[in-house]
Amino acid sequence: MQKLRQWLITSDLASIAILAIVILVVMPLTADIFRLNLIGKYLSYAFVAVGLVMLWGYGGILSLGQGVFFGLGGYAMAMFLKLEASDPETTKIQSTPGIPDFMDWNQLTALPTWWEPFHSLTFTIVAVMAVPAILAFIIGFAMFKRRVGGVYFAIITQAVALILTVLIIGQQGYTGGVNGMTDLKTMHGWDIRDDSSKYILYYANAILLFAAIFVCRMVQRSKAGTLLLAMRDKEDRVRFSGYDVANFRIFVFCLAAVLCGLGGAMFTLQVGFMSPSFVGIVPSIEMVIFAAVGGRMSLVGAVYGTLLVNFGKTYFSESFPQLWLFLMAALFIGVVMAFPNGLAGVWETSVKPRLLRKRVAAAAQPKSPPPPPATLPTTEAAPASPSGAGTSGNVGPATA
Amino acid sequence: MSNTDFVLAVEDLTVSFDGFKAIDNLTLYVDKGELRVIIGPNGAGKTTLLDLICGRTRSSTGSIKFRNEEMTTLAEHQIVRAGIGRKFQTPSIYENLTVFKNLEVSFPRGRSVFGALRFKCTPDVKERIETVADEIGLLDDLQKEAGLLSHGQKQWLEIGMLLMQEPELLMLDEPIAGMSVRERELTAELLKRICVNRSMIVIEHDMDFVAKIAHKVTVMHQGKILAEGPMERVQADPKVIDVYLGH
Repeated sequence: MQKLRQWLITSDLASIAILAIVILVVMPLTADIFRLNLIGKYLSYAFVAVGLVMLWGYGGILSLGQGVFFGLGGYAMAMFLKLEASDPETTKIQSTPGIPDFMDWNQLTALPTWWEPFHSLTFTIVAVMAVPAILAFIIGFAMFKRRVGGVYFAIITQAVALILTVLIIGQQGYTGGVNGMTDLKTMHGWDIRDDSSKYILYYANAILLFAAIFVCRMVQRSKAGTLLLAMRDKEDRVRFSGYDVANFRIFVFCLAAVLCGLGGAMFTLQVGFMSPSFVGIVPSIEMVIFAAVGGRMSLVGAVYGTLLVNFGKTYFSESFPQLWLFLMAALFIGVVMAFPNGLAGVWETSVKPRLLRKRVAAAAQPKSPPPPPATLPTTEAAPASPSGAGTSGNVGPATA
Repeated sequence: MSNTDFVLAVEDLTVSFDGFKAIDNLTLYVDKGELRVIIGPNGAGKTTLLDLICGRTRSSTGSIKFRNEEMTTLAEHQIVRAGIGRKFQTPSIYENLTVFKNLEVSFPRGRSVFGALRFKCTPDVKERIETVADEIGLLDDLQKEAGLLSHGQKQWLEIGMLLMQEPELLMLDEPIAGMSVRERELTAELLKRICVNRSMIVIEHDMDFVAKIAHKVTVMHQGKILAEGPMERVQADPKVIDVYLGH
């Protein structure tokens, strides 16, 4: 029993197990389907936050453009769903039936060739991960090989986010413009809008999220994870130990991008549309806030952070819509100033030691009376009394 | 001159920063198994020379050949992989990791991204870590966080990290700076021990220490070599006394 408690408090596997119970059992039992779908949407953002733990927390690389990769994954999935929703039968009132409605409105008369492969679900699933990875590789290669880092890298990722938003909005005929891709209905004939599929998608999303957490945990525990931490603090030492620092940064940037892409695809499936408002600078920064609040060194913390900030956002933006952005900014500044390691940091430094101390004290208390009183008081009471009578009773068994 | 028997052949090396020549047409050869000490006043270009050899700074002209291979065009990590190890002036170790992890990370296997993902601490790695830890006197501190080591121990740990790579040329920049007398003695013995089968370049100011370890001494001044040879001869050189030793 004691061991189980110890394990629950200290092991990282236990913290993942507790998170699993919260997400897989508690949430579905307590929330109605509308709320659960909302939570599912938040959990699709959690992929981004988990990716940021790897990229920002471990790799020390702050990207303010993760929305780009989230959007690419989301759009790839949306393109597949949109094509399926645009069969000639349902679009027969269009001047060109069989193409997505927004193309028809923009006087396109044929499906662009780069849309064609998105008829295939397999291709789409590959694209959800590969497109963000390829873009991340190109950006990462160009930046990290030239040793661009820190603020400069953050600014460049932000510029990329802006560019992609402008591109999506400007190319209305190909992307649906500012409205995004809406009216997504089925996936291989399976209606994604009814309650049962929302449950299924929620669980698919949750399981995928845990898979992502485990992959990241594996990376963290490998030598690559150690190296990421090492090069965050002592870049030159790593380089002069024979490692190509840039390659490790490119890798972790691509890993984070793939996770974003998956999150984006799950978002599209659960919410039923995708638009540029999830791609640009503001959502990208919000995603960084999720990770910061949860704790940028903790995979599990990032998920809690995402949930918490989004609950807050939903609550406050319903009650005080004008104040929300200010609250969010205040939250970010407050967290970074007061708790640089977020909720997970507070847990590690304040809650966990206290819990452990209580356990140890509780375990030591019943055991201390049995030993013969002749030896104990003479050896222990003498040095304890000058340090203060009030604390000696507490400190003695706890430190023993 | 193309191919030589020297481990390191630096020829006609020049580097200028905004017109200031930090290294000026310098030529230097290091033998196999030699322990070379470079001395000279501040700003003589000693650290810059090491930076040039390990690729941290790019030369303007000239060549650096390591085992007859040109190094000036290689990236830093490639130079390390070719067999040149570099210790920095201030101890540069991973403070948050244990001594064991510090040494493990320096083991020359799994240096690519996917190699590092697959890397396992196999018995031979462990054995090597223990051998090196024993050599640098940190065998009992393997599980200690490196940040908690004393200054001298940190310096030794960084030397140990280099030894993990089994470099053929080891370059140490002021390894005994800030060490106690006892630590200096231990370091001198350590350097003599590890110099077997490899060449070393050491930058140092402490003349007693230099006399203890050096096979040959090179005196640098204003980016050039002022004198070179055994310690006694260099110490007696009037030019050297004038710019460096005499005061």
